[in-house]
Amino acid sequence: MSNKLLNIALADDDEDDRMLFSEAIEEITIKTQLTCFKHGQELMEHLNTPNIALPNLIFLDLNMPIKNGMQCLKEIRSNPALRDLCIAIYSTSSSEKDIEETFLNGANIYLNKPNNFVKLQDSVERILQLNWQYHTSNLNKDTFLFRI
Amino acid sequence: MTLFVKYDFNLACKTLLKEHLDAFGISYTLGSLGEVHIKGKLPEEQRQALASSLKRYGIEILDDQKITLVERIKNAIDELLKDEKLKSVKVSSYLADTLNYSYAHLSSIFSESTYTSIENYIILRKVDLAKELICNTDLTLTEIAFQLNYSSVAHLSGQFKKTTGLTPSTFQRIMAKKTNYTTHSQT
Repeated sequence: MSNKLLNIALADDDEDDRMLFSEAIEEITIKTQLTCFKHGQELMEHLNTPNIALPNLIFLDLNMPIKNGMQCLKEIRSNPALRDLCIAIYSTSSSEKDIEETFLNGANIYLNKPNNFVKLQDSVERILQLNWQYHTSNLNKDTFLFRI
Repeated sequence: MTLFVKYDFNLACKTLLKEHLDAFGISYTLGSLGEVHIKGKLPEEQRQALASSLKRYGIEILDDQKITLVERIKNAIDELLKDEKLKSVKVSSYLADTLNYSYAHLSSIFSESTYTSIENYIILRKVDLAKELICNTDLTLTEIAFQLNYSSVAHLSGQFKKTTGLTPSTFQRIMAKKTNYTTHSQT
């Protein structure tokens, strides 16, 4: 149970952000395998590859070229094969309107990009712990909303 | 049109389980908390066939002893939270008594395999129940707090906010909008 790797995907167009995120997720106690994507289109192509192991959790930046986070979110939620995936929005925007809109479109988690590394690590760890409980316990995924 | 259904999770699982065990001609008795006592031995092929036929209902036969114990702890917690009569019982002694292990042992096995503590899991489970009551009933927050054995509404709201990052009222507003939203976008 606890030696199983969690499969995580991150779509973010900013190279520095991707690097920071990889470093943060590597150092926490939950062991993960992270796959990064440079924009939404790349992520969606990956998710639509037949017979791949789908990620346990996807972190989605909102502002990305070619295909943005909101478009990905809508596509994932309207695709029966992907509908049950857990999605965390990972964005600099802290506007209540953006947050509410992503929840309404089916996001489970909203993470404001923290301004320092330790905070990022803490937040990612809390999210993974919580997500783990939803994967392994009898908790209702339909009401899984978490803002951090 | 939309139909609203209410279901008894426990009864549904037990009925499903019974139907499957009967279909395989296995002789058994059902214990509490997800235990199935099989008379005699279960041949491996039969066990696998049973496991795969139960799998599509999300029912899993547990293998590893630690995982089994963790699941039994979780089941016991569910019973504890559901049963009115157990409201005043102390969690640690209830778990130790029902599962026949010391609480220290249970708590270390639990933390080791779930990345969280029994205490935190209970909070998470209670907040999940609160969410269910907020979405599916007309109960006020005061009534929900009472039903879930919180000392006050403030205590429930505080724990809710800490666990979800949202206040109960924001959560309620988003869920209500979400229900409308999905019904509209589907039609």
